[in-house]
Formats: sequence, structure tokens, C-alpha cells
Amino acid sequence: MKKRSFTKLLTVVSVFAALLLVLTGCGNSSKKSSSSSNPSSVQQIKKKGTIRIAVFGDLPPYGWVNQDGKRVGYDVTLAHQVAKDLGVKVKFVQVNANNRVDALNSNKVDLVLANFTVTPQRKQVIDFAKPYMKVSVGVVSPKSKPITNASQLKGKNLIVTKGTTAETYFTSKQPDVNLLKFDSKTQQFNALKNGRGVALADDNSYLYAWSKDNPKYTVGIKSIGPKSYIAPAVKKGNQSLLNWTNKEITKLTKQSFFVKDYNTQLKPYFGKEVKPSDIVLPTK
Amino acid sequence: MAHSGISVLLEGTNFTRLLGGLFVTIKIAAVALITGLILGVILGVLRTFKNRLLRLILRLYLEFFRIVPTVVLLFLFYYILPRQLNFNLPADQLATLVFALWVAAEMSDIVRGALISVPKHQRESGLAIGLNRYQLYRYVLIPQAMTLEIPATINLATRVIKTTSLLMLISVMDVINVGQQIIEANNHTHPTGVFWVYGLIFLFYFLIDYPLSWWAKRLEKRRLERANG
Repeated sequence: MKKRSFTKLLTVVSVFAALLLVLTGCGNSSKKSSSSSNPSSVQQIKKKGTIRIAVFGDLPPYGWVNQDGKRVGYDVTLAHQVAKDLGVKVKFVQVNANNRVDALNSNKVDLVLANFTVTPQRKQVIDFAKPYMKVSVGVVSPKSKPITNASQLKGKNLIVTKGTTAETYFTSKQPDVNLLKFDSKTQQFNALKNGRGVALADDNSYLYAWSKDNPKYTVGIKSIGPKSYIAPAVKKGNQSLLNWTNKEITKLTKQSFFVKDYNTQLKPYFGKEVKPSDIVLPTK
Repeated sequence: MAHSGISVLLEGTNFTRLLGGLFVTIKIAAVALITGLILGVILGVLRTFKNRLLRLILRLYLEFFRIVPTVVLLFLFYYILPRQLNFNLPADQLATLVFALWVAAEMSDIVRGALISVPKHQRESGLAIGLNRYQLYRYVLIPQAMTLEIPATINLATRVIKTTSLLMLISVMDVINVGQQIIEANNHTHPTGVFWVYGLIFLFYFLIDYPLSWWAKRLEKRRLERANG
């Protein structure tokens, strides 16, 4: 009896293994054919007449939806400008922080404009264009129990969103801190309000905005870890769209498009302590 | 304070947007359930046949969809398969496909279980009066199995409707996703809005799921009454 069930198990396992082999086999062959025809090249986008851009839907003031159901924000304004300069329509795909890379690699979108911070790890799997913003990681905590130094976090719970720069930084550089990881911005701020952790780490520009409207909290650590940049991202190897986006960012920076974008989209959200030059890159 | 929170729902087009999200949720669940149930009945009947190879393949299919969590299935079909196989579908069609395949797998087991629990003498009597296999299933086994499988099927339906809340992970604009947009857009002015938005979503899911589970309970009770007199 025992022997029979063992052979049965063996059949099941081998069938699964065979299936897996077939799947990966197909994968390899089709990969070669797909690389020759890039569906996200500038030419293809112009031919289709639409560019698919990944944006956030729950991150004011960068990418969010206002009460009339319209997508607005700093990244969204840039997305509209990009589509206008390409002469195509824009189709927005809403993403979360941790599926931005997958959305590009599985051809769900052509371009990501979702507050995407450039990191060495991400550079290995996707291509970043020239940056259009600079930020670093900040830590927000209740005013009654402020966290002003990273050493205060040792052995305590710190709230982060999966797939953000803050998560990567604390995982690799501050292993003594317990991380509580959440899937979306909405969840992480609710967790902080519910007292699940002593503090929350995220991009500082975003925390300035949030703490301005939540006066019980303060950005105790304004900048921790290396300074980083926000840039548009394309699928790895999409040279055509990458070159075009680089030229576009240079052109828009010269026209001080980003200062205007800052003044209309970001300024109302940030406190007086933040200036356009803290966020927008200088014109060169 | 409570008043300022509830006003989030009434501002601008917020309420209609939530209803729009709910419609997406219902549409995906309904289409997936209908196609999944039909496919599941066929697969369930096939699984009662004697052919061992057929049974093994269908068993593998069932176990795959039952064991692998729905989140993993969604990610697999939305992000990984397109990259490997060049197979690209819009998010909501893909979600419908994944859910339909899942429903079919679970349903095939429900149908198989119901079919083999029809008393053996029913099948033998059917064969004795000269029914062929199609007639046996059509007139004897399936009608009797149906009453046995209805409560479990409705249970499955409520589970599928609840699980649609995972769809926000693959960029489907379902009711949860729209709710999150509204919460974040109004977080600065209405910090208690989160309670009202999720409260409304809770009410939506309750209004869909509760009648279903009530119906399942009633059918089950009726069946027991009929069976035991």
C-alpha cells in the first residue's frame, strides 16, 4: 500500500516537473522573438496613438484622484506634458509602489511616472531616464514622542511601505530596527495613527506634506541615508523611449516646467519650510 | 467631526465613483462565476468517469488552483506569464479569467462529490432500464446532485465576491481601489473619512453576500426537511 502511494506521488511530481519544463521552454523561445519588436518604442507609441503611463492613484500631491474623479498631481501633470509633446493620447495605469517594476517588465505600461526613486538595485532591472526631482528618506513620528535620531529606533517597530526606498534603506543599513511592512500608503498612515509602530519612514517630501495636515506628527528625522533622485523609468533596453525621455526632461528643465509644476501642484501641500529648490533640480 | 467624515462620500462624484467601482467588482465576479460554474459542472462530470489519465489531469488542475493562493495566481497571470509567453490581456479581463478558472476548479470538486454521493442504486436502476451514459447523467444523476451541491456553490460564490478585493493589486479599478483613492485625496481635510469609506464598502459587500448566504441556508434547511420528512 505504502509503495503504491509513493509511486503515485512520484507520477504527480514528475508531471508537474514536465509542465514546468514546457512552460520555461516556451518562455525562452518567445523572449527572443519579442525583443526584436519592442511594443514600447517611440515609433510604436506614435503608431498606436496612446502612451500607457503608470502613476499612483493614492499619493497626493504626486499622483491622486480628485473629487471629480480626475487624475491630478505633479507626476500626472508631467505625464500629460509628455503625451502632448509626443503627440499622442495618454492612458493611465494605476500602480502600487511594489508593482512598478513588474508593470514595466510585463509590458503593461510604456513609462513609469510614479514618484520612482533611482536605486542601484532597480537600475539592474529597468532603465531610468534623467531625474526630475530629488528626495531622501525621512522619519515621521508623533510630536508627543518624537524620534529625532536613528538610534532611538533600535528594537522598535518602524512602519514602511513595501518596495519603497525607505524599506530598502532600513533593511540593509539599520538591521536592528523592526520593520512593519504595508502594501499601500493608505495602510501605512493608518498604522501609524493606530500606534502600530513608533514612527514611519518614507520619502521626506511626502512626509512634509502629510505632517503639515496632521499637526500631531512631526518629521523628526528630515534626511537619513543618501540623497536620491526621482526619475521616469522605462523597460530595460527600451533605448528609443529612454533617449526621447532624456531629451524631454532636459527640455522641460530648461523651460522651468518643473518649477511651475511645483508651484501649482506641490506648493499648496508643503509647509513653508520647503522651497522649490529643495525638490526641483537646478537648471543647467 | 463625524459629520465632516461622512461628507466625503457626498462630495463631487465620490459616491458614483464608488458605485462604479462596485460595478466593476460585480461584473468580474458575475462573469467569472457564470463561466466558471458551467465549466466546473462539465469538469466535475468528467471527473466521475473511469479514465485514469483524464482524472489525473483534472485532479492536477484542481489541486493547482486550490493550493496556490489567489494573490499568487493573479500575479502569475498578470506579471509573469505575459513576460514569458507574450500573452497580454487588460487587467479586468485577466482577473475574470483567473477567477473563472479558479471557480471551475473548485466547482468540479463540488460536482464530483455530489455526483458520487447520489445513492448507488439510482445509477444501477438507471442502467437497468437501458439509459445510456448521457441520459443517466441528464435525467438521473445531475438533477439529484444539484440539490446537494447548491449550498456549497453559493458558499463558493460569496467567497469569490469577497476575494475580488485582491484585484487592486493588479491595477483593477475595483471598489476597494476607488475607496483608497478617495481616502487619500481627502485625508488632509477629512481624517475620519477612512471610517466612512470602508464602512460603505463593508455595507456594499454585506448587501451582496448576506442574501446569498441566507439563501444557501434556506435551501439547505429545505433539503433536510425533504430528506428526513
